[in-house]
Amino acid sequence: MPKPSDFDNDDKNGKPMRSPRGSSRRRRVSRLSAEKIDYIDYKDVKLLQSFIAENGKIMPRRLTGVTAWQQRKLSEAIKRARNIALLPVTKY
Amino acid sequence: MRSYEVVFISAPATTEDDITKLTSQLEHVVNDKGGKVTKIDNWGRRKLAYRIRKFDEGVYTLLYLESNGREISEIERRLRVTDFVIRYLTVRTDEDLKRAEKMKTKRKNLLTPRDNDDDFDMDDVIEEELADDDN
Repeated sequence: MPKPSDFDNDDKNGKPMRSPRGSSRRRRVSRLSAEKIDYIDYKDVKLLQSFIAENGKIMPRRLTGVTAWQQRKLSEAIKRARNIALLPVTKY
Repeated sequence: MRSYEVVFISAPATTEDDITKLTSQLEHVVNDKGGKVTKIDNWGRRKLAYRIRKFDEGVYTLLYLESNGREISEIERRLRVTDFVIRYLTVRTDEDLKRAEKMKTKRKNLLTPRDNDDDFDMDDVIEEELADDDN
């Protein structure tokens, strides 16, 4: 659904502090939705790896652009994968 | 009928024989309680993401089950007791797979040609629809 902030002309980074949009760009479709992935498998290490950072932490939603539901499922899958040592818990 | 996935990691020095014996034991348990083992996957030796019990590698084995769930505690008990199993995980998958199917069919029904598809995320619309269904 279009948000009121979508009608702003402001597309650049480094906006004035009063704008709540912060650093995320104009509303992008989630990568998982675009690829039509409905089931996030904890065994799919390649997929999950693209959602963890260099140090092994789960990346926040504002960086990956996934929906809230997808983020919850991703989180669950990543934690399971960590449990069975398919993904690291932490990397220095 | 619920579907489960049981994955367990065996120590790298374990013989294939031991693992096959264990899986056939587990299959027995499942069949006795009225379930069915649909698939047994063996990933073989694999590097672990972190050290478990001083091991850096492990043999991964997966069991896919269809059952009512009564044998899960027995399966886990056996895995716990077995010496060479260093970790195991049981996951129930039927709800998630069911939802994935629902999403797929909704996707087909809801998709109408639009000029500007990046106004909103189709999945958000689908999730809203599914949330309404659940209420």
